Amino acid sequence: MSILGSLDWNDIFIVPFFTEPSLSTGIAAGAGGVVVLGALAVMVLLTVKGWWKPLWSNWITTLDHKKIGVIYIVLALIMLIRGVLEAVVMRAQQVSPAPGFLSVEHHAELFSTHGTIMIFFVAMPFLTGVINVVMPLQIGARDMEFPFMNAVSLWLSIGGAALVMASLVVGHFETGGWTAYPPYTGIKLSPNEGVDYWIWSLGLTSVGSTLSGINFLVTIYKQRAPGMKLFDMSIFAWATLCTAILMIFAMMPLTVASLMLALDRQAGFHFFTATQGGNMMNFANMFWLFGHPEVYILILPAFGVFSEVIPTFSGKKIYGYTSLVWATIAIAVLSFTVWVHHFFTMGQTANLNAIFGIATMTIGVPTGVKVFNWMLTMWRGKLRFSTAMLFSTGFIFTFVIGGITGVMLANPTIDFATHNSLFLVAHFHNMLIPGLLFGMFAAVNFWFPLCFGFRLDEKWGRRSFWLWMIGFYGAFMPLYAIGLMGAPRRMAFFTEPAYFPWLVIAMLGALCVLAGLIAQVIQIWVSVKNRESLMVPAGDPWDGRGIEWSLGCPVPEYDFTTIPAMTSREPWVDAKEAGKRIMDPTEFVDIHLPKPTGMPFLVGLVATLFAFAMIFQMWLIAAVGFVAMWVLVLIRSYDTDWEETITAEELREGYEAHKRLVETTPQIRLDDEFTTKNRGLIMETQV
Amino acid sequence: MSNTGAAHAASHDHGHHDKTGTVIFGFWIFLMSDLIAFSLMIANYADAEWHGIANGPSPHELFSLGLPTIETMALLISTFTFGICTLGMKYGASMKRTVGWLVLTLALGAIFLGIELYEFHEFWTEGNTPQVSGFLTAYYSLVGLHGLHVTSGIIWGILLMVQMKTFGMNDLIKSRLVRLGLFWHMLDIVWIALFTKVYLMGVL
Repeated sequence: MSILGSLDWNDIFIVPFFTEPSLSTGIAAGAGGVVVLGALAVMVLLTVKGWWKPLWSNWITTLDHKKIGVIYIVLALIMLIRGVLEAVVMRAQQVSPAPGFLSVEHHAELFSTHGTIMIFFVAMPFLTGVINVVMPLQIGARDMEFPFMNAVSLWLSIGGAALVMASLVVGHFETGGWTAYPPYTGIKLSPNEGVDYWIWSLGLTSVGSTLSGINFLVTIYKQRAPGMKLFDMSIFAWATLCTAILMIFAMMPLTVASLMLALDRQAGFHFFTATQGGNMMNFANMFWLFGHPEVYILILPAFGVFSEVIPTFSGKKIYGYTSLVWATIAIAVLSFTVWVHHFFTMGQTANLNAIFGIATMTIGVPTGVKVFNWMLTMWRGKLRFSTAMLFSTGFIFTFVIGGITGVMLANPTIDFATHNSLFLVAHFHNMLIPGLLFGMFAAVNFWFPLCFGFRLDEKWGRRSFWLWMIGFYGAFMPLYAIGLMGAPRRMAFFTEPAYFPWLVIAMLGALCVLAGLIAQVIQIWVSVKNRESLMVPAGDPWDGRGIEWSLGCPVPEYDFTTIPAMTSREPWVDAKEAGKRIMDPTEFVDIHLPKPTGMPFLVGLVATLFAFAMIFQMWLIAAVGFVAMWVLVLIRSYDTDWEETITAEELREGYEAHKRLVETTPQIRLDDEFTTKNRGLIMETQV
Repeated sequence: MSNTGAAHAASHDHGHHDKTGTVIFGFWIFLMSDLIAFSLMIANYADAEWHGIANGPSPHELFSLGLPTIETMALLISTFTFGICTLGMKYGASMKRTVGWLVLTLALGAIFLGIELYEFHEFWTEGNTPQVSGFLTAYYSLVGLHGLHVTSGIIWGILLMVQMKTFGMNDLIKSRLVRLGLFWHMLDIVWIALFTKVYLMGVL
C-alpha cells in the first residue's frame, strides 16, 4: 500500500470538473478554488503587511482566555459564512426546475456539511468563545483554571474545522446528513472518504469540547472571587456551569459512536452491521445521548446572554434570579432524559415513546419559566433597544413559536406524521437561529468593548438584526407549511407544483439572511474604521450590572488589578448606587500569568495531521502523528517555568491609571448611550 | 452574607491558590467523562451478547474462568500495591521505596495485560476474530478499551519514574503520581464490572 493511502489525483477538487464537466462539478471546483485562493490571499496579506510575527506572538501562542475566546468567535464567523452560503445554494437548487443544477450527491454533501458545520464549527466555537471571554470576568478570575489545556481545545477545534474545509479541496465530505446514521454510512454504501472526514473532524472537536467543559467547570468551582457563593454568580456563569456539565457527560457518547463507526468501516467490525449481529439502533441511541444534551449545550449559554442583556437594557435587575437558576439546572438534568424522541418511529413500544414524549414536554416548563423571567424583567423597565437588546427581544418572540412546534413534535402520534419532513427542519432552525445565533450576536454586540475597547456600529447592527429577523421568518415559515403538506427533508428537488411558491419565499428569506450576514461584516468593517470615535476607554458603556463592567475597555491582560470583594450579587451596581465610579481595591499582590507558548498550536497541528492521515488511510503517517502528539505533551510536562509574574506595583499602577481615566471621563446621560459622546461609564442615577 | 464573604476572603490566598488540589479535582472530572465511554461500551456489550451472536460462538462457548481469574487477581493486587506506594509517599517514604512499589504495580499491570493478550491470541487463532460477529466485536472492543487504558497507565508510570529521577519528589511529581493512582484505581473498578459482566455472567 502506498504511503499516501487511498489518496489519488481524482480527489483533488479541480479534477472532476475536467473529467465530467457539469454545473455541479463546476460549483464544487469553484468552492474548492475559493478555499485555496482564500488561504493564499490571507498568506499574501500577512506577508505584505508583515503580520506573521505579531500573529504568532500575540494570538497563536496566547494562553489569555479573552484572546482564545476571540479566536473561537472568528472561527465561528468564518464557518458561518460557509454555512449560510451552502444554505443559499440549496434553496436555489430547490427552486430551479427539477432535477436542478446540482447532482443528487452534491446536494447531499451540501446538507451534510451545512449541518455539521453549523452545529460543530459555528455554534460550538461561538458559545465556547463567548464563555471564554466573559465567564472568568464575571466570577472574578484571572484566567481559566487550565490555560494550556484551553489553548489545546482551541487548536483541536480549529483542526476539525480545517478538515471540513479541506474536504472541499481534497476528496469529498459524506452524504448522510450531520447525524451520519449507519448502515448508510457503513463502508458498503459510503465507500469513499466522506464519512471518515465526518468522523475525524468531529473526533478532534469533540475532544476539544470535553476538555473545555472540564476547564469551565473547574474554573467556576475553584476560581470564584472570595465571598462569591454559587448563588451569587451571574446567570451567564450559571448557564456556563450547566453547559460545562453537559459537555463533560455528553461529548463522550459522540466520540464513542463515531469511533465505533470508524472501526466498522476500516477494520471490518460489526457494531452496526445488521447481517453480522450488529445493531444500528445502538448508533442512533448513542448519537442522541450526545445529540440531545448538545441541543442544550447550544442553547443554555444563549439563555445566559439574554439574562445579562435584558436586565442591562431594561435598567432593572433580573426578575426571579433563583427561579431562573433552578430552571437552568432543571433543563440541564432533563436534557439527558429525552433522547428517544429523535427516533420515535424506529420501532420501540408505544409506552416507551409515551414516556419520552412526556419527558420532552416537561422541558417546556422550565423553559417557559425563563421566558416569563425575561418578560417580567422588561415589565415597567426603561427599555433601550440597542442591537443586543433587539436580538434578545427578537429571540423571545421567535423562540416561543419554535417551542410550540417542539411540543407538537414531542407528541409521538404527531411525530409519526411529521418526522423527517421539512416541518422538523423548520422547527430546529426555529430553535437554533434565535436560541443560539441571536444570543451569540447579542453577546458580541454587548461584550465587544471588553475585548477591543470600542463599541460596534449601532446603525449596521440594527440593520443586520432586521435582515436576520425577516430573513429567518421568510426562510423557515414556508418550510412549516410545506412540511405539513408532506415535503420530506433532504430532497435534492421536488416535483410537486404546490410547493413551488413556498420554496420561492424560502429562497428569498435565505437571501435576506445572507444580506444580514453581509450587514454584520460591514458592521465590523465600519466599526474598525471608526474605532476612534467608538472608543469607551473608561469601560461600562451601557450602565452594565456585572463586575466585568467595572473594568476598563479593553480589559487588561491580567483582568483585575485586585480581585473584587463580593459583598452582594451585583457589587458593581451597589458601588455605582453609592456614587462610586470605580470599585474599591482590595489588596495588591504579585500574580502569576501563564507564559505564551506555541505548544498547543503544535499539538493541534499534529493532531490534525493524524486525523487527515486516518481519513485517507495513511497508516504510517497517522502513527507518526499520534506518537508526535503525545511526545509534545511529554515535552511540555518537563517545562516547569510556565508562569510570568506581574508585580503588585504594576497592578497598583494599572489601578491608578484606570482611576485617573475614570475621573477625567465626563459623565453623560443614558440618552446619549449610542452617540459618540459615550466614552464609557454611563450612569443612570447621576448626570 | 457579607460576614461569610469576609470570612471566606480571609481564608483565601489571593495570588497562590491550591493548584495541586485543583488539578486533581479536574482529573476526577475527566475520569467521570472517561467512565461514560466504558458505560456505553458495556451497554453495547450487554446488547451484543444476546442479539449479536450471528454465526459466531456464544459467551458460554467462548469463555472459561481460569485465566481471567488470575488476571483479575493480578490487577486487584496491583491496586493494593499502588495504594501502599501513595501512602508511603504521603508519610515520607524514601524515593527508592516509592519507586519500588510503583515498579511492582506496573509489573502486575503488565502481567494482567500479558494474560489478556494471550487470551485474545488464543481466540483469534481459533478463528474467533472481531470480524465474526457483533458479539465478538463488542467483546474485543470493551476488553480492549480497558486494556488500552492499562497500557497507557503503564507507559505513564514508566515516564513518571524517569521524571522522578530528573525532578526528585517535588509537589508536581507527587501530584502526577496521585493522578496516575486515581486512573489506576478507576481501571480496577471498571475491571470488576467487566469481569462480572463478561466472564462471570458469560460462563454462568
